[in-house]
Amino acid sequence: MAGLTGRMSTVVKAKVSKLLDRAEDPAETLDYSYQKQVEQLQNVKKGIADVMTAKKRLQMQETSLQQSVVKLDTQARQALSSGHEDLARTALERKNVAQTELQSLDKQVGELEDQQQKLTDSEQKLRAKIEAFRTKKEVIKAQYSAAEAQVRISEAANGVGEQMADVGLAMQRAIDKTENMKARADAVSELEAAGTFEDLTAVGSGEDDIDRQLKQLSSQPEVDDELAKMKGEIGTGSESSAAQISAGAQGGADQQAPSGGSAGASGESGQQ
Amino acid sequence: MIVRISGEDQYRLADDQAARLNELEHAVIDVVEGGREDGFAQAYGALLDYVRENGTPVADDDLESSDVILPPADLTFAEAGEEFTGEGLIPD
Repeated sequence: MAGLTGRMSTVVKAKVSKLLDRAEDPAETLDYSYQKQVEQLQNVKKGIADVMTAKKRLQMQETSLQQSVVKLDTQARQALSSGHEDLARTALERKNVAQTELQSLDKQVGELEDQQQKLTDSEQKLRAKIEAFRTKKEVIKAQYSAAEAQVRISEAANGVGEQMADVGLAMQRAIDKTENMKARADAVSELEAAGTFEDLTAVGSGEDDIDRQLKQLSSQPEVDDELAKMKGEIGTGSESSAAQISAGAQGGADQQAPSGGSAGASGESGQQ
Repeated sequence: MIVRISGEDQYRLADDQAARLNELEHAVIDVVEGGREDGFAQAYGALLDYVRENGTPVADDDLESSDVILPPADLTFAEAGEEFTGEGLIPD
């Protein structure tokens, strides 16, 4: 077969023959092969542990983002009911980003779970083949002449070698995916470290870099919709009064709003 | 004939099923060479499904080698393309 399968088969066979080239004496080949197989099994276990570690890391990030979503939602409501629409909008923009990241993390955790399962299955198959090889090698040693033993060893070792090469490939793919996810997870960590999902009371006057980036990241219509919905729930009144609210003219809720008009740090003082 | 789906299982297929397997593989190659990315998942899925549905899984303690090794089910269109241009799924 040409194309896809031909190349794949060639590559795996090349890897297997490399494994078998080392020794010339049949008994030595047998023991060497078996020793390599057991080593490889240990590597597979390590690989599975790495995938699990990566998954746990993503799950911890999920938990932290879930908390941020709840917190930002609460802050948006508080800001809105105290008449700070700008602040509420910022909170919702951040919530929107956190939710998007959360969805992506959820998908990645699912993918890692699949991969972990596949690797575990492959490990079991490899273990069964190694065990079969161990039994067979004693039979070969006891029953066959050197020349015939060589052929049978080669057959048996090829069978194990193919499984090993395949597990190796699956691990490589899992590690590559994990690396990609790690890069993404690091990016989220940086956003978190920069306070993106954190305390809105730290938002200074005017628009900073984070806010500008967030506006690009978060889908504006979704934020608008959610803000409108929240207004309806809180009952802050009609669209016409919204402008007054954001301008801080409806001072009843918070007398300490800075004259600069921006929904700044002190705007949140009421909830401390 | 023994066919391995990389990352899954080995399957034993009757020798007269090779022709159909070839057809399905050529369909995948046509899709890849024609750059029709949207048809790839379906074409490649059909090839794998044929093996899964018509083959008998080889026992875990069976030490027979495969005659054919198919790339894993999560093969991407880009990776399938590389299979033809030399880089390959696993670098040599």
